[in-house]
Amino acid sequence: MENRALTRRGFWLAIAVSAGIAAATLCIAPLVGSASISFERAFAGASPDKEILFYTRLPRVLLALLAGGALGVAGVLFQAMLRDALATPYTLGVSSGAALGAVIAICMGWSEVARLPAVWVCAFLGAALVLTLVLGIATEGKRMSSFTLLLAGVSINTICLACILFLQYIATFGQTFAIVRWMMGGIDAVDYSTLAWLGAAVLPALGLIFAKAREWNLMAVGEEWAAARGVNTSRLILTGYLLGSFIAGSITAITGPIAFVGLIVPHALRLRLGADHRILIPCSFLLGSSFLAICDTMARTVLAPTEIPVGVVTALLGGPFFIWLLRSKRRSLWL
Amino acid sequence: MSLFSLREVGMRYNGVQVLEGATLAFPQAQFVAIAGPNGAGKSTLLGIMAGLRPNYTGACLYAGKEVTEWPRRAFAREVCFLPQSVKMEFPFTAEQVVLMGRTPHCDGLFESPEDWEAVERAMARTDTLPFRGRDFRSLSGGERQRVLLASAVAQRPKTLLLDEPTTYLDIKYQVAIYRLLRNLSREGLLVVAVTHDLNLAASFADRIVLLNAGRIVADAPPAEVLAPEVILRVFGVRSRVERGPDGKTWIVYGE
Repeated sequence: MENRALTRRGFWLAIAVSAGIAAATLCIAPLVGSASISFERAFAGASPDKEILFYTRLPRVLLALLAGGALGVAGVLFQAMLRDALATPYTLGVSSGAALGAVIAICMGWSEVARLPAVWVCAFLGAALVLTLVLGIATEGKRMSSFTLLLAGVSINTICLACILFLQYIATFGQTFAIVRWMMGGIDAVDYSTLAWLGAAVLPALGLIFAKAREWNLMAVGEEWAAARGVNTSRLILTGYLLGSFIAGSITAITGPIAFVGLIVPHALRLRLGADHRILIPCSFLLGSSFLAICDTMARTVLAPTEIPVGVVTALLGGPFFIWLLRSKRRSLWL
Repeated sequence: MSLFSLREVGMRYNGVQVLEGATLAFPQAQFVAIAGPNGAGKSTLLGIMAGLRPNYTGACLYAGKEVTEWPRRAFAREVCFLPQSVKMEFPFTAEQVVLMGRTPHCDGLFESPEDWEAVERAMARTDTLPFRGRDFRSLSGGERQRVLLASAVAQRPKTLLLDEPTTYLDIKYQVAIYRLLRNLSREGLLVVAVTHDLNLAASFADRIVLLNAGRIVADAPPAEVLAPEVILRVFGVRSRVERGPDGKTWIVYGE
């Protein structure tokens, strides 16, 4: 098992392979679908290839790539911060806040706020509200530990889910269907301006997380361990929580909660590449991207013209893959 | 300049005074053992010195500056704290754990040749090179302990604070670690180690600080601290103190 310390060569090799897979996904996924199209005709402006590629498939693949990458990194981040390999971008409650926001928007029958879909806006506000609440509960003076963060996150999570259940109970039949559908998560074709501002919001946050990779290594071992090696742990936990929640909240507002990406991708990569976050973070982004884009392509094609919710595909594909990975590694690495 | 100087340091925890009136000076490099029964406040004292327990009373200065006012990164280049053990959740290799000691010296994405040299040397000194590529979690308790110590050595601090560094080790490595700590102190490091083993402290440390119920009851070279009446008073155990031909103190417990 190649599980050695990070060298320049090993780093760039892993990045190159992951980037290659992501690039291949970006090129191939838009071509797959019920109508067969070609890049040649699409770029030449021929109808309907141009419309299908540029207005239906490409934006959807791009959104899947962005969402998958962001969820992968948010997963790695929260796992390191909570020192729990089973933590997900949703463990600290942000997504249930987003879900509550979305459910309220659906139940009130709002359709647009400030020329944006009301569900997006309310989901984002819900996530922001939960983030503020959790921070308020978890901080003691200026100090903060990942343990109090976890407790606060999990309790707020429970409260939000209870509210969602209640709203669902009093909702009409049509609203209930919309709620259930939203909670399954899904990638839709969005317009390019949405992609642009989502990318502009999420990508810099991802960059900031990567810039602290070395400190996440220390935090993944322990808070005192990190503090004794020069990390201001309270500030790092606060930064990580804000960045991770911002990313998870923004993505969830648009796509709904998509399970498993933030759990499986980092875990699989850790088995292959080891635990060094300098390599784990960029590779989780690139391969999380590909994983979700591939799952979404399957979601829209396997039972076409019926679409499967992408969360179902990530779970059905990810679960068995994960079991296989654990079984095949058991001989060389106990877990 | 004196490395550490503590004046009337105290600490309350949930209404219990776990440490009180600790006044100590660590003016230069030496090997100091902190001993005392369970709950005497040893780890608390060490944690305060490491800057990990900021809500103490009194003054705890490092190089003339209160430890809570040091920037963490600059402090980590001066002082390294090593916990008794770590619970590892992720598959870091032994070598990666040692590399973490270099964090306060590192900028940029990759380690410098100097970092690698420090890691190589630290691992050689702690006899951990044979399993450098293995998953930390698959190592035995003693191997883990030596990897953690290697990480502290690689950090190249001026002061090393250790919480029971030999808890899980068999005798061979207990002696090897204490010898290493003494050598480090001869090379110019202040080494402060919490320990339960009075005999090891007696044979290797320059000075023993004895704590009981949150108070310092003795602070002197081993030969002066370790007397049967002191051991009986502090630990509640009868003992005989022998002195070898080399002048070293040896404690035999029991009647």
